[in-house]
Amino acid sequence: MDWQALTLTLRLAAVTTAVLLVVAVPLAALLVLGRGRWLAAVEALATLPLVLPPTVLGFFLLVLLGPRTAVGRGITAALGHPLAFSFEGLVVGSVIYSLPFAVQPLVAGFSAVEPALVDAARLLGAGPVRVVWSLLVPLARRSLLAAAILSFLHTVGEFGVVLMLGGDIPGATRTLSILLYNQVENFDYAAANQTAAILLGLSVIALAAIYSGARSRGGRRA
Amino acid sequence: MLELKLDARRGAFRLQLECRFQSEWTVVFGPSGAGKSTLLRLVAGLDRLDAGQIVLDGNTLTDTAHGVSVRPGRRRIAFVAQQPALFPHMSVAANVGYGLAKLERANRHARVAEMLKLVDAANLSERRPQDLSGGETQRVALARALAPMPRLLLLDEPFSALDGAASDALLERLQGWLREHGVQVVLVTHDATDAYATSAEVAMLRGGKLAALGPAPQALAVERDRIVARLHTP
Repeated sequence: MDWQALTLTLRLAAVTTAVLLVVAVPLAALLVLGRGRWLAAVEALATLPLVLPPTVLGFFLLVLLGPRTAVGRGITAALGHPLAFSFEGLVVGSVIYSLPFAVQPLVAGFSAVEPALVDAARLLGAGPVRVVWSLLVPLARRSLLAAAILSFLHTVGEFGVVLMLGGDIPGATRTLSILLYNQVENFDYAAANQTAAILLGLSVIALAAIYSGARSRGGRRA
Repeated sequence: MLELKLDARRGAFRLQLECRFQSEWTVVFGPSGAGKSTLLRLVAGLDRLDAGQIVLDGNTLTDTAHGVSVRPGRRRIAFVAQQPALFPHMSVAANVGYGLAKLERANRHARVAEMLKLVDAANLSERRPQDLSGGETQRVALARALAPMPRLLLLDEPFSALDGAASDALLERLQGWLREHGVQVVLVTHDATDAYATSAEVAMLRGGKLAALGPAPQALAVERDRIVARLHTP
């Protein structure tokens, strides 16, 4: 068992999930509460990673964060090392790749909150931030849990973006998915079985947590 | 005094008004679809005007020509809708205190207690909205709306869930409190008895336009004549 790959994968998924919730809550709130045609473009961009092949996304990020672009050069100068082929680079790639898995459940949850409640809060002086934190988040907490678990799982299982952007550096970018690919390539099916079983187990446990949470609150509505 | 010069389109419907509500109580009366609720939402700042002005006590709240639009929470306007939207995850006391975030804790508690007493709901403060009856819910919604001491109270058929006796008693106590605190009231209803109950100025709306404005007997005479004329038409 490669504990290094397991802990790296869990660390990547945890950091990505935390960053995603910070980004996705205001983004989903903007999509639900905001007005303007430009929001359709924002929603399309936030959903794009869902349909874009992960290798394509990884390739774009690799180019963007590399030495050929001003963005890449700026980040390298600021951090002292390039983002590509580093853990931080994987976090950036994972956040973008899993963004729809955090935003979509939150948009659904926030949209289910009665507009009359939002109107009442606005009339009582609440600005957008207070509306989100005092109303939308507590009333859509099941969607928040679903967003967190889906983001975590999606990051645990990602392969294309990680391979393109991070390569295969033990302890830095070799996640369980990359490890599994290596093991299969080396015909080490016993080890591959073990790694695949861990990935499967993580997915089943997390999904069971979502559905048992929904049922324990008296129904299937998320 | 509320001065209105409104033009708002909602699909095929168009609300066009130019009037002043000067009395302490104004009852906006009219059939369904006349534009009563739309009018309240525009005044509250929840919906946008296509063109026009809304001025309350000399303060411009909306002026499309000059790009002025004061956001709802800063208009000092309270709005109690037909379906009271109490926050379901908060207690009654927390609901009433929601609009008092800028008050110190002790003052906030005192104001919440005062408002709950006003609407006969002092014993409900720790309850959740889902544990309240329809009438209790509407009384709490009224307390929550009045707690920040608004200048104008907009009521959209808020007494529909109260029984007649409770409604009359509440109305009487409410009128005293509103007069004491100088709060102007605009009440929307399709029930003519509400118009007489408050001895208010009545604005008669029909098809998005002001059909009459004045004391109840005079303003509603137009409606009465219209119904009588229809009855006599073969």
